[in-house]
Amino acid sequence: MPNASPTSTQALDNLISQKVATLPPSGIRKFFDLLSSMEDVISLGIGEPDFVTPWHIREAGIYSLEQGYTMYTSNSGMPELRQELARYLELHYGVSYHPEHEILITAGSSEGLDLVLRAIINPGDEVIIPDPCYVAYPADITLAGGMPIPVPTNERNNFVVRATDIEARITRKTKAILIGYPANPTGAVMSKKEADAIAELAKKHDLLIISDEIYARLIYGVEHICFPGLTGMKKRTILISGFSKSHAMTGWRIGYVAADRRFIQALTKIHQYTLLCAPTMTQMAAIEALKNGETDVENMVQEYNRRRRFMVKRLNEIGLACFEPKGAFFAFPSIEAAGMNSEEFAEKLLLEEKVAVVPGTAFGSCGEGFVRCCYATSLPNIEEALRRMDRFVRKSSLRLK
Amino acid sequence: MKEILEILEQNGRATPEQISAMVDKPLSEVKKAIKQAEKDGTILKYKAIINWPKLEKEDIWALIEVRVAPQRGVGFDAIAERIYQFPEVYSAYLVSGTYDLSILVRGRTMQEIASFVAEKLAPLEQVQSVVTHFLLKRYKEYGETFHAPKETNRRLPITP
Repeated sequence: MPNASPTSTQALDNLISQKVATLPPSGIRKFFDLLSSMEDVISLGIGEPDFVTPWHIREAGIYSLEQGYTMYTSNSGMPELRQELARYLELHYGVSYHPEHEILITAGSSEGLDLVLRAIINPGDEVIIPDPCYVAYPADITLAGGMPIPVPTNERNNFVVRATDIEARITRKTKAILIGYPANPTGAVMSKKEADAIAELAKKHDLLIISDEIYARLIYGVEHICFPGLTGMKKRTILISGFSKSHAMTGWRIGYVAADRRFIQALTKIHQYTLLCAPTMTQMAAIEALKNGETDVENMVQEYNRRRRFMVKRLNEIGLACFEPKGAFFAFPSIEAAGMNSEEFAEKLLLEEKVAVVPGTAFGSCGEGFVRCCYATSLPNIEEALRRMDRFVRKSSLRLK
Repeated sequence: MKEILEILEQNGRATPEQISAMVDKPLSEVKKAIKQAEKDGTILKYKAIINWPKLEKEDIWALIEVRVAPQRGVGFDAIAERIYQFPEVYSAYLVSGTYDLSILVRGRTMQEIASFVAEKLAPLEQVQSVVTHFLLKRYKEYGETFHAPKETNRRLPITP
């Protein structure tokens, strides 16, 4: 396919819907193309675990194929998986969902997010999102016919949205607040106090909370705040999560949505006409992940934690000031010391030192001045990447003088 | 302390500086802990796992099941020691089941192992029987696989 710019698509192609034609391409696409033409690049630009799915989970997937589990499952997902999931959510977060009516198994949390937005948004409805945030949030809201309303966050509040900033942007059209903590791209986590304030706001203005908790298990030294677990919030929170990050299962495409049955019913309607059901083999593997995967999660978290400490310490040492990210597998250092903007930094770093990071601006305008560095890669890789970044930063600050 | 040891168990060449950053403890504390562990025998030795088959210079290995008569007062320990002191014995374990000691023996030739069994191991007074299994192929040792396909990076270089 030719590499047409979005504007030319708009001008030339009437066959593509306006909404899609005007949708900006993902900010990471450019780097992807640049990177593919280079060798010996160390990439800190990856947003997925470097672990392969634990063997017992893969083996369960293989076994399901051997046994001929190749047919559709129920739209909502296999009953056993939903039961295991209900148990898992209760055990880890103290939230109870009815496996039959309040859980929907989706093809990754991405499908879940798309379903939720399509199910709740009327044309022109506004959905509040943090800036910076995961690239799909504004795009999915737009595709569903809504208006993404970014709320700026910054280093001073550790990139966590504050209730007061949200409240300032609430209008009559506001339908929901979409948040995702621990956060991609910042690694920020939300404290109980902040979460409570947002919960109160949602009650006061009768808003829905869409809580993307895909990184919930990757959390270091603090406790994850599960939004539906907050007092009185279960009925107005839609919980989206999955197995990609916790069990290193990105390529399997398996996730879930847990919410009050009226939402699940609405989501299931769309799901049954679009996906029908999540892949069967994958659901079987997910059952195994829930039943016997705890040690794997713990081991991976421990390993990430070591790399996290190492990366954050080194980033600060080389002059890229970085607040302590307490979740996910990202560090979000300030690149002020290098004296350039995020895109320039990422591009020059890639061309001069062959290290790939993602410019903060790919995740919203408030990401300017920051880059996302993923530590889901081997420690020797992290070490070498930081050695190169150190050289790059020193070179750049000399150029500044 | 446990975390420091776990890191070293995975990578014996991890430097105190690296470990200090990974566990978020002062360098001096990490150095002290490692020194202490080396001194008190918690860390026995640092070794490399060599993929000898790759060089086609593999030694001959045999796994030997040994049935022995335990002795009053010392149980299996005395005879186990008499056996594991032989330099040919690479590892030795007391196991449950139909035999008592499981030993891994290493030699340059099959003959070398055969003579160890025939002349040193089997004649021991407490040894009742030995069953020798020559290793045909090694797949995995100390958590590392020998014949695994070369690790290819299957991840896309940049993902959201």
